[in-house]
Amino acid sequence: MALSADWRPGADIGTLRLRAELLRRIRRFFEREGVLEVETPALSRAATTDPHIHSMTATTASGGPRFLHTSPELAMKRLLAAGVGDIFQVCRVFRGEESGARHNPEFSMLEYYRTGMDHHDLMRDLANLIAAVTAGWLDLGEPDFVSYARAFSEFAGCDPFSDDATTMAAAISARGIDVPDSILDERDALIDLAMAALVSPQMGHGRIGFVYDFPLQQAALATIRPGDPPVAERFEAFIGGMELANGFNELRDAAEQRRRFDADLVRREHLRLPRVAVDERFLAALEAGMPACAGVALGLDRLLMLVAGADTLDKVLAFGWDRV
Amino acid sequence: MATYSTNEFRSGLKILMDGDPCTIVENEFVKPGKGQAFSRVKIRNLKTGRVVDKTFKSGETVEAADVLETEMQYLYEDGEFWHFMVADTFEQYAADAKAVGDSAKWLKEQDMCQITLWNNAPILVAPPNFVVLEVTETDPGVRGDTAQGGVKPATLSTGAVVRVPLFLEIGDVIKVDTRSGEYVSRVKD
Repeated sequence: MALSADWRPGADIGTLRLRAELLRRIRRFFEREGVLEVETPALSRAATTDPHIHSMTATTASGGPRFLHTSPELAMKRLLAAGVGDIFQVCRVFRGEESGARHNPEFSMLEYYRTGMDHHDLMRDLANLIAAVTAGWLDLGEPDFVSYARAFSEFAGCDPFSDDATTMAAAISARGIDVPDSILDERDALIDLAMAALVSPQMGHGRIGFVYDFPLQQAALATIRPGDPPVAERFEAFIGGMELANGFNELRDAAEQRRRFDADLVRREHLRLPRVAVDERFLAALEAGMPACAGVALGLDRLLMLVAGADTLDKVLAFGWDRV
Repeated sequence: MATYSTNEFRSGLKILMDGDPCTIVENEFVKPGKGQAFSRVKIRNLKTGRVVDKTFKSGETVEAADVLETEMQYLYEDGEFWHFMVADTFEQYAADAKAVGDSAKWLKEQDMCQITLWNNAPILVAPPNFVVLEVTETDPGVRGDTAQGGVKPATLSTGAVVRVPLFLEIGDVIKVDTRSGEYVSRVKD
């Protein structure tokens, strides 16, 4: 089909209006709460080190390539270290090779930070935000909170903290999910498959479902709480089986953060992914001192899917990936 | 050998799985926010018709299957093979009993069928959605009973047996939906 035959938007006009109203409500909520709206650059010298997130590259006339941000997290943390206080940002972020009914390589993210909160406080805060901005659209009951360990034992029949790969693969297969041979001995990939195929679909029906306290290898930028087992103070929020948001009790230790970046780089090398530059200015900001805080990123297009009753992102985006 | 990566997956794509030609029925991209991405697909085996769920790690590749679906005219059956012809090229193909399967009972000479070719050999024969066939065997018709709901079995010229209204007679020509095997209507000469 000729490209010109398909010029129309994927979202109808009513959905475009809903998006605008959703944005107004978000700004109103944060204004009431005294949270400052900020903007940070979409292009950066450093790319994400996360081996499962792929930064897109932009060429510049001079000064070498820049990377499109996959999240405004590091830049916003530099602002936090500079003493700006509570902040939020709504921006477009870019992630290569993520495309499907619930993924678009370019999407709208709401990212915000609350100083003096931990991840449990922030889950409550996020529930209040979602309730406020979807009032009259979504009828959500009291949020549900379940630990990562319990969610896995209940819905995937395994223990992501102690089971070996063989046990996990057997548990996943027993629940009717095909396990590719290529991951039979990859614990982390098995955990991800169980999360995507078994746990996530069960979460947040008629309410926000929170999963918290993640295995250490998924700590990302979260603090680790010692214990038996130690856990990463990270959470994810789901509605209707769809992941909506990911939050951390934010790691503030620069040396530990550098170790995690370095570990990511080693994993990237194993996976034969391009080597990327670590964000030294972010590490310098942590070194200087970032206030204790919790932060969360929420996929706004997915929230709009729920509000509009749409089953694909294409129906809530003016122009989804196949229409650009 | 041609291969497809998971990011090329879409419904209708023809791939090889365990040596058999298959078609992707449905493809779902799943990925926990910060984790490994997967494609969860429903795949139909084109030889057996069976649909199975398969999971692929993102970036994995599968072999492409050289599969083509073409419209062909049914010519005749020689006791072992069913012969078909591409109308514009007069190219002929012979399908065996495995490829024809249950479709055999709907095949009427000169009807256009959908033939699935794998490596240029027929592996699946689909009859037209609707066929017009003559009743060759049935109980005598019950006159004046055109409105009642009663049915009786009738054997058609191709050997298929369908349930038809009571008023139909041997020699009547009827239209049948081959997908459901149900009688649709009587066709007036």
